[in-house]
Amino acid sequence: MCQTIDNNLIISMKKVNFIHLRSKLPLLLLVFLLTFSTTIYSQDAPADATAAEAVAPPADAGGDVAAGESLFKANCAACHKLDAKAVGPALRGVANKYDRDWLYKWIHNSSALIASGDADAVKIFEANNKTVMTAFPALSTTDIDNILAYTSQPKPEPKVAAAPAADAGSQNGGGGASNSLVLGALALIFLLLVIMLFLVTNTLKRIAEANGVVYEEKEKRTPIWKAFVQNQFLVLVFSIVMILAAGYFAYGYLMQVGVDQGYAPVQPIHYSHRIHAGDNQIDCNYCHSSARKSKHSGIPSLNVCMNCHKNIAEVAPETATEEYSKEFYDGEIAKLYKAVGWDAANQKYTGKTEPVKWVRIHNLPDFVYFNHSQHVTVAGVACQTCHGEIQTMEVVQQFAPLTMGWCINCHRTTNVNLESNEYYAKIHEELSKKYGVEKLTIAEMGGLECGKCHY
Amino acid sequence: MASNKKYWKSVEELNEDSPIVKALQDNEFVTEIPTDEFLGNKEALESSSTTRRDFLKYVGFTTAAATLAACEGPVVKSIPYVVQPDEIVPGIANYYASTMADGFDFANILVKTREGRPIKIERNDLAVNGGSVNARVHASVLSLYDKNRLTGPMVDGAEVSWPEFDTAIAQKMNEMTGKDIVLLTQTFASPSTSKLISEFTSKYPNVRHVVYDTVSCSGALDAFQNKYGTRALPDYDFSKADVIVSVGADFLGDWQGGSYSKGYATGRIPKNGKISRHIQFEANLTLTGAKADKRVPATPSQQLEILKALTGGSASGLPENIADAVNKAKAQLQKAGGKALLVTSLPDVASQTLALNFNANSEAMDVNKPLLTRQGSNSEVTNMVNGVISGSIKGLITVGVNPIYSLPNNKEFAEAYKNLEMTLAFAMKQDETASMAKMVAATPHYLESWGDAQIKKGTYSLVQPTIRPLFNTRQFQDSLLQWTGNSQKYYDYIKENWTASILEGGSWNKTLEAGVLASNAEITMEEVKPVTEGTGVLEESTSNGALSALLQEGGYELTLYTSTGLGDGQQANNPWLQEFPDPITRASWDNYLTVSAADAEALDLVNEHVSNGALNGSYVNLKMGNVVLEKVPVIIQPGQAKGSVGLALGYGKTAAIQKEMQTGLNAYPLYQNFSSVQKVNIEKASGMHEFACVQLQSTMAGRSDDIIKETTLEIFNTKDKEFWNSVPVTDYDHNEISVRDKKADIWSPFDETVGPHFNLSIDLNACTGCGACVIACHAENNVPVVGKEEVRKFRDMHWLRIDRYYSAGETFKEEIETLENLPAFDSYKAVEVPAYENPQVAFQPVMCQHCNHAPCETVCPVAATSHGRQGQNQMAYNRCVGTRYCANNCPYKVRRFNWFLYNENDEFDYNMNNDLGRMVLNPDVVVRSRGVMEKCSMCIQKTQKTILDAKLQGRAIKDGEFHTACSSACETGAMVFGDVNDKDSEVLKLKNDDRMYHLLENVGTKPNVFYHMIVKNTSEA
Repeated sequence: MCQTIDNNLIISMKKVNFIHLRSKLPLLLLVFLLTFSTTIYSQDAPADATAAEAVAPPADAGGDVAAGESLFKANCAACHKLDAKAVGPALRGVANKYDRDWLYKWIHNSSALIASGDADAVKIFEANNKTVMTAFPALSTTDIDNILAYTSQPKPEPKVAAAPAADAGSQNGGGGASNSLVLGALALIFLLLVIMLFLVTNTLKRIAEANGVVYEEKEKRTPIWKAFVQNQFLVLVFSIVMILAAGYFAYGYLMQVGVDQGYAPVQPIHYSHRIHAGDNQIDCNYCHSSARKSKHSGIPSLNVCMNCHKNIAEVAPETATEEYSKEFYDGEIAKLYKAVGWDAANQKYTGKTEPVKWVRIHNLPDFVYFNHSQHVTVAGVACQTCHGEIQTMEVVQQFAPLTMGWCINCHRTTNVNLESNEYYAKIHEELSKKYGVEKLTIAEMGGLECGKCHY
Repeated sequence: MASNKKYWKSVEELNEDSPIVKALQDNEFVTEIPTDEFLGNKEALESSSTTRRDFLKYVGFTTAAATLAACEGPVVKSIPYVVQPDEIVPGIANYYASTMADGFDFANILVKTREGRPIKIERNDLAVNGGSVNARVHASVLSLYDKNRLTGPMVDGAEVSWPEFDTAIAQKMNEMTGKDIVLLTQTFASPSTSKLISEFTSKYPNVRHVVYDTVSCSGALDAFQNKYGTRALPDYDFSKADVIVSVGADFLGDWQGGSYSKGYATGRIPKNGKISRHIQFEANLTLTGAKADKRVPATPSQQLEILKALTGGSASGLPENIADAVNKAKAQLQKAGGKALLVTSLPDVASQTLALNFNANSEAMDVNKPLLTRQGSNSEVTNMVNGVISGSIKGLITVGVNPIYSLPNNKEFAEAYKNLEMTLAFAMKQDETASMAKMVAATPHYLESWGDAQIKKGTYSLVQPTIRPLFNTRQFQDSLLQWTGNSQKYYDYIKENWTASILEGGSWNKTLEAGVLASNAEITMEEVKPVTEGTGVLEESTSNGALSALLQEGGYELTLYTSTGLGDGQQANNPWLQEFPDPITRASWDNYLTVSAADAEALDLVNEHVSNGALNGSYVNLKMGNVVLEKVPVIIQPGQAKGSVGLALGYGKTAAIQKEMQTGLNAYPLYQNFSSVQKVNIEKASGMHEFACVQLQSTMAGRSDDIIKETTLEIFNTKDKEFWNSVPVTDYDHNEISVRDKKADIWSPFDETVGPHFNLSIDLNACTGCGACVIACHAENNVPVVGKEEVRKFRDMHWLRIDRYYSAGETFKEEIETLENLPAFDSYKAVEVPAYENPQVAFQPVMCQHCNHAPCETVCPVAATSHGRQGQNQMAYNRCVGTRYCANNCPYKVRRFNWFLYNENDEFDYNMNNDLGRMVLNPDVVVRSRGVMEKCSMCIQKTQKTILDAKLQGRAIKDGEFHTACSSACETGAMVFGDVNDKDSEVLKLKNDDRMYHLLENVGTKPNVFYHMIVKNTSEA
């Protein structure tokens, strides 16, 4: 007797338990959401309340700052920065250091000034590795005044924008801790509920017993699995379905072996195609120049990076994203400088280089011959066709499966670019005579032959 | 239904007494299966703790682990340049003009580099008199990546830095003041080096310069010097000669530096019904003899008589058949007048003078602009050797030569060399001499060096580096500059020298780009002339009695020669050259004594094929005075003159050479007096030598009409094409039709009218069998080296082979007649054994014939081999599962199977097994793996590149732009490659030529390779 009661008790307890959980589910979700939302909002908290307010007016109001800025960017920015040494010295506040007439002379023709033996001029010349500054005889004194007005703008207070970004990291870390705290608390509540439930059922049972309620025993049925085993037809159908399904998945599994679609390894330098090809619209061929003429697209050598990065030592604040801060990007540029052996402080190469070991993303097997120039130059295929929207990729990943089926499909459906290529002239003429066609696919040109890609 | 058919395993079964037949009957497996290796040791098996179950567990686990591991792709790193050189675009080859001048081979070349690595040598088309780009020159790129090279300078066996080395030298040169030092060098033929050496010898007057040619041309040089005053070799233009008589001279091989095959081949292609007439008297069967219209076997002593008879003497002392041939040749020479040419390889001054005088009026000889590729003098070298041995010479500096290996009395010399006060060797490797020298200056390979050369007077060329020195080496000339107190680099020195005396105002950069310059500038090169006494004429005595040996009684007359593969032996550590089959004997990895069949019988020497077809041969001991060469393997050579034997120089090196490549025996001890003809005694030695000979069948067994067609000039000129070049016929509807008829096809044709359709033409009249194409194919297509044991099993991987056939009768025609008249039940032996006395010889390069109806394609179960519309039979290696059906179904036997993994496998420790050696691989061609079939691709990577270049530039392709590795390596113009859909192409003209035929045309494969039949000039008057 005692035994049966116990059993029933457990059964009913389970039931109750289940119901309880269900009813609690929305509530739970709500709690979850709330916990996370706090962290989400915390990141957006406006922290730059102190952000640069309009600073003191220019020291010398003798020029148009806006005109000066555009002139500066057009003529000076290649070699000068406002606050840091580039090829030439930093220019902020230069108007206060030297006599205005002297500056006119210097800008119009610095060499002459140096040749005349002017002490200041010679000193500057010596201090800057004896690099001759380009003469700008075309700039009028007004132009120069404008430029100087621009350079005399006081340095804006460092934006605190960087701070929240840095904080975000720590807050994220904090968020992680609070999450587990919340979860722990939830678990505790849950446990308490279970115990309460158990107690309540016990009490209820005791009351019921006291009131003389009798439980009816259920009729015994064949268990469902036994019924299933007894029905041979069902077993047969089920087995066939299972075998087919297993075959389907096994095939699918095997077919993806060696297919690395979506492969996005961590690179030694976090190079963002989004910033270069996307935001700054740099043509792919500028860096991957051999794609036009060689089988390899070529990973640019570091001297190509330095064509621009000699002058770009840091990213603009607006380049930073939530995920990657400005400091992060600047750190990556510093990695480039280290690899190429560029001493940014002294603006010269140290000669100590460390070639970058990039992780190769697109790996074709050795037995496949693929030629970039054939596709890029002859066929005029856009890089994005095979590499995806590369200009939006912060981290590059393999877009195409690079399987033979993928190659073949494209060769079957793409027409050969016959126009304006003298090579195809004769072939085109012969073909149109023979088949009466104007266009033909790569496959029809023999682009499916084994030997075209395997040798 | 039972069949009575008997299937043959070997031709040996024809011979019922053969022990092999018995062996074949008794054993199912020809060679024993080596089960003992792992099951033989019972104790070890029993004591093993691994039970069968455990074993299966391990197998299961490892398989599972391997499967899982295989699913994870490897992480591949790409490392770009920090600063990319301007001229390098990854994936695009750069070509640099340069010159090879190693003292034996001189050639103007183009070096193909990829990402800064030289990977292939090609001919420089701008070079007119540019030496010969032969098989060794093609293979020299692999010698650059020799892992046994010296890595830095050494003093007393310890590696030192260059400044330390210079200090040691300066100190030594001070100590040596007043003492006799000899600077022993190869022939440089270099204006700048010659100038530099004279500066060096004037700073150190106790240094004397002696030039040492390992394989001497002293006799010819002496004769030329006597007559014309300069020490040089006359240049010959064989295309201008109507009658060519050679007495022993292998001018298509290495005779006097070679480089005559192009001119010769020009005169051998029928033009206006004319070709030159070539008569050859020789002892060994050479490439030249094989090409001759009439070849007469004659021993060296007979050759001496023949030469005398041809130049005015009488032929009465000679055997009747030779005397007859000599008289006819003499008449033809006289008739040809100024278009006659007589050349000889007899090493004495008198014989060379005879030939020189005879040719004095010949249009084909050029003495005004002679060749400067040999400078050595036997008497000077002998003086040097005597000086070292007697102790009068205290110091020896060797450059590019290895006297301890190559001097005839090398043992005695080595003893004396040890006691010299100063021994300095400039060497690329720790060779025999360098390993005994107290000071060793490591020199770079020529592909890492600057330099210049004047191969022929008035033709200058430059050597430029194509890669940074791989090791801490410094070239000889830079060392001399340093030691003469000149602060210049050798590059600046050459430039200055050229600007001053050679360029004549021309551009240095343009010359460097072209690599060659024809200039009228006369420059004085330091001439290392031997001292002439009294009359001022170099007599027989100065060449030290080159022929004295022949005067001895008894013995066999030995002719020492240089093999096509190894030459003088400088590149003995080059696996491509070691595995290169000799064009005549078809044996690789060996040198051997060639003996005539009659002499072999007398000496009881045999050659036999063992049951798997491999060749074995007897050993002999060679004795010459005190010199004994033991266990020299013997090859019975058809066409070898009775009473003569032949042996190749350049083998048997042991220092600084990989064990696998220490092949053959050093024959230099027999090279007494630097004379190529000697007398030796032969006695049989015990044992049998295992050869790696790649050709089992030596004759065409009367099928010459299907394989190598041949006719005479007379028939060619007078009869119809159908008579001498008939197309095979087949039955169709009870009528005979030509196999070229469309109705004869059982396959539907491919549409090959659009785009290019490639054909390769091979002119068998122009092919000299030199093998340059074989090595070029190796380099271009990453063909692996498999080693002697595998070659012996006919598993060589050569995509292109040059078959050599002997006629079973006197001529191929006689062989066909013998077959036709063979009684019904007679053995075919009559047509299967070559005529040993003097057979006719023919070469045929065979590669994949790229059949339009390819038998291999139809039997491949996985469609790994298929046909392209450009005419190429394509092979997708990654698809191949290795059934080898295709190889079995190929009538030409051109498919090669990868029995093993030949790269990164210690069992095949050749160039593909080390990082250095792999640098030579062509990145555009995949390296094949184990278990796949491979074959000639008709250089599809090259044709595709040509097409792509045209597409990129948006232009049509001109004739002559398409090349294969073999066609661009062919110096004689025997191979022409091109597009037959181009109506104006050279190859289409050749295809429509009357001499065109296909190999085994009757099988109906419609090959895209075609041959031009041989036409021989048999006119005796």
